[in-house]
Amino acid sequence: MRLGQVLGSVSVLAMFATGSALAQTTVTIATVNNGDMIRMQGLSDEFTAAHPDINLEWVTLEENVLRQRVTQDIASKGGQFDVMTIGTYEVPIWGKLGWLVSLNDLPDAWDADDLLPAIRSGLTVDGELYAAPFYGESSMVMYRTDLMEKAGLEMPEAPTWDFIREAAAAMTDEANGIYGICMRGKAGWGENMAFLTAMANSFGARWFDEDWTPQFDSEEWKSTLDFYMDLMKNSGPPGASTNGFNENLSLFQQGKCGMWIDATVAASFVTNPDDSTVADKVGFALAPDNGLGKRGNWLWAWSLGIPAGSDATDAAKTFVAWATSKDYTALVADKEGWANVPPGTRTSLYENQQYLDAAPFAKMTLDSINSADPSAPTIDPVPYTGIQFVAIPEFAGIATQVGQEMSAALAGQQTVEEALEKAQNITAEEMEAAGY
Amino acid sequence: MATQHSRTAARVMMAPAVILLLGWMLVPLCMTLYFSFKKYLPLRGGDLGWAGFDNYVRFVTSSAFWPSVQATLIIVGGVLIITVVLGIVLALLLDQPMWGQGIVRILVIAPFFVMPTVSALVWKNMFMDPVNGLFAHLWQFFGFAPIEWLSQASLQSIILIVAWQWLPFATLILLTAVQSLDGEQLEAAEMDGAPPVSRFISIILPHLARAVTVVVLIQTIFLLSIFAEIFVTTQGSFGTRTLTYLIYQRVLESQNVGLGSAGGIYAVILANIVAIFLMRIVGKNLDK
Repeated sequence: MRLGQVLGSVSVLAMFATGSALAQTTVTIATVNNGDMIRMQGLSDEFTAAHPDINLEWVTLEENVLRQRVTQDIASKGGQFDVMTIGTYEVPIWGKLGWLVSLNDLPDAWDADDLLPAIRSGLTVDGELYAAPFYGESSMVMYRTDLMEKAGLEMPEAPTWDFIREAAAAMTDEANGIYGICMRGKAGWGENMAFLTAMANSFGARWFDEDWTPQFDSEEWKSTLDFYMDLMKNSGPPGASTNGFNENLSLFQQGKCGMWIDATVAASFVTNPDDSTVADKVGFALAPDNGLGKRGNWLWAWSLGIPAGSDATDAAKTFVAWATSKDYTALVADKEGWANVPPGTRTSLYENQQYLDAAPFAKMTLDSINSADPSAPTIDPVPYTGIQFVAIPEFAGIATQVGQEMSAALAGQQTVEEALEKAQNITAEEMEAAGY
Repeated sequence: MATQHSRTAARVMMAPAVILLLGWMLVPLCMTLYFSFKKYLPLRGGDLGWAGFDNYVRFVTSSAFWPSVQATLIIVGGVLIITVVLGIVLALLLDQPMWGQGIVRILVIAPFFVMPTVSALVWKNMFMDPVNGLFAHLWQFFGFAPIEWLSQASLQSIILIVAWQWLPFATLILLTAVQSLDGEQLEAAEMDGAPPVSRFISIILPHLARAVTVVVLIQTIFLLSIFAEIFVTTQGSFGTRTLTYLIYQRVLESQNVGLGSAGGIYAVILANIVAIFLMRIVGKNLDK
């Protein structure tokens, strides 16, 4: 009898155990290894405590590797991931191909209307929101206030490229290893071409005309590159043709750059006294313009999307809604301080006085994001969306090759004319092969 | 003597290993061949049908093809020359009796155990960086402007990094050969009044021929597929795009599996041509 009771209880327990194991859904998340994402991973216990039926599995990768892994997975319908960290480049393309689950039905409390309009429009295709923004960024000018003062100049809130050239020349002090301007020169579609494409927009240039004919043979591209090369040669650091975001960040933090035009997220790194030797001497301004109506700033949002093949769509949505909610922002603020919350996605954050007090760069970040419009990136009309990229699948491959030609010109291995001619040929050849 | 029965048994027992090895090589090769005739664009909806020889024609007629073959051959040739010449010098030096010989030998061999990505990062950031690198400081100390290694002397820089990694391998093989040299022969030549240079050219070098052949053959096979050092340092810019790197760009960056696969087949053909050439010219030494 006793044995029977024991066996009975064991089998009941076993049924419970199997039952609860079956009820638990695993959500596999592919993400990028930057600070904000690592922090999210650290805070995910809060999520699992509130949702014991959802088990989170993380695959954290370096940016380039992540891009390749998620692209391969979604294109081959591999189904490895339930949540993917993707950017504003992937979302319009994948959304159009029907590869992503629409997020229009996230709960009301998630508050889609609170998203910054520019960010929301970058992640929306035909009225459907295909990814939830985790953090957003634009680009702006970061400059050394002490060097600017020493040069006898005052940075306007919205500088022109001519002012940047004048200030860069005035701040350069090569004997002491200080260079007036640091900008990206390292080849890559997400490196020098992100910068140059955004810069070209402010010079009136564009990648393609409305018939998808490449425009590198235009006068606008020539003046963009002439200006960029001239500025970098006269006031840039040596070896600029191999400098990307990280290299320039390091130079700026060491006090070797007078100005640096790059992503707004860098603001918190250059003003952090633990990492930056110039933390208390940094000012911010909008990305420069040429008076033509467009500024040279971009728009990007690292976002969470759910692949259409996922077998845990509901659980994935619950997670995405949590990680991109206002509550998550409050959680980070509570645990790590307001300066560390993921920036650039919600209007409410920029109305929060505590955040504005903790982040001196908040206003400039918001203004930069708001001044970027991915649906009308250039002065002349174009058939594409995206500011520092063209949202077509071929762009990453083409722009990386074009970037190599620009980089070689910056290194002095060829002239601007040669680089532009090669860029035009490469782009025309690839676009023809892609059937445009 | 093996009987018919034992030979059959041996074949049966070896079969799993042979089948596994064949599958290991043949499956990827056949898939590459298959995809090279397809218009396969993952971001355009995947398989868009047969492409005939279009991918092959496009790959060779692309403006990037011949420069990439040239860059590949320059890197392989450059690294081979440096590693063989310095390898011989180091092998002869390490063969001399000296204090702390064991430690010196370990230090010389050490670079071979450093991962290619790590060594490329160290060279890029600690030595070749034009602002913070050791070379830049040295140059400035002597009053010169720092060299922008990776952009102004990109191919040479990559050859330098790769040669640094492969030098220990060459040294090790050549040192073994030097140690097997008959000392009496050298002594006899010395007593006959042959100067050191003549002794080196007439006795040591011919003795090292087989070892040099081994070094050249093995290194060529690995160097043809060099990737990590380029990925970390220049990303294929400044004329450092090798054939392997071009294929990577076509498949992963441009997301054109068909075109990249055609490139892969060209790479296999090139590797075989180089291998046959090497076997004919230098491989004869192995028969001696």
